[in-house]
Amino acid sequence: MACVNPDGTLSPSAKGVLAILNQALTAEDVSAKLNQPLFKVRASLREMTDAGLIKSEGDKYIITEIGRGKL
Amino acid sequence: MEQINIHQENVVNSFPRIGSPAPQFEAVTTHGNLKLSDFKGTWLIMFSHPADFTPVCTTEFLAFAQIHPELRKMNCELLGLSIDSVYSHIAWARNVEEKFNQKITFPIIADLNKEVATLYGMIMPGESKTETSRCVFVIDDKQMIRAIIYYPLTTGRNMDEILRLMQALQTTDKHGVATPANWRPGDQVIVPPPKTQEMAEERVRDKTASCKDWYFCKKDLK
Repeated sequence: MACVNPDGTLSPSAKGVLAILNQALTAEDVSAKLNQPLFKVRASLREMTDAGLIKSEGDKYIITEIGRGKL
Repeated sequence: MEQINIHQENVVNSFPRIGSPAPQFEAVTTHGNLKLSDFKGTWLIMFSHPADFTPVCTTEFLAFAQIHPELRKMNCELLGLSIDSVYSHIAWARNVEEKFNQKITFPIIADLNKEVATLYGMIMPGESKTETSRCVFVIDDKQMIRAIIYYPLTTGRNMDEILRLMQALQTTDKHGVATPANWRPGDQVIVPPPKTQEMAEERVRDKTASCKDWYFCKKDLK
């Protein structure tokens, strides 16, 4: 699921992921909470990390200030 | 990709083999950029088709989409591929939904540079140099190649066999058994043949298996 549109806006699925990352969660946690396939969640987390919207802490992910600004 | 030089000028590409790790890749798909490693922990059926907007491929896509829910119950995802652009894939998937009322729920790799197709040996130059044949790679949750099926351009694949293959492979992993010809869930399974004389003698005395002889024993799964 592509998350960040070329104009910098976020897809609805990306907003859904960001909205639950106020607490640090693993890819498996996100997959379970959103009922999304794990492969899609992993791809989204990678893309959003590259865009600076989230950061990883060990095997968990949490929203950044840039990410909060997009919600 | 590993290459083997034979007699100086001939180069033979080394393709995936059953029992070997699945070659890793990153690709543009209809669901964004995906890496094979994104599927770790999930079984994956990666399949190629010759081209979008063609009739046999359309029947196959309808059929793959129809078995997708059943595959997901088996912790298995689908990943399509052809040498077409992502825009062509999106247009075709939308057309299939509009004309046949079937949503395409799995990602499709847009392999315009033939990178993944070449890596997996999906192009049969004797058939076509510009299209992928109908290949199926079953990749397990540890990213090992477990089964490979090749069909020619003319012939649509049998989804029933693909489901049966998945059920058989997962039964083998769970119970340490093999499955006979035409096996279906609920049928007796094959007890792997003994590897020593002592084990052979023990096997023929085993009352839990029904044996024709020491090497040919079946049993019910509990």
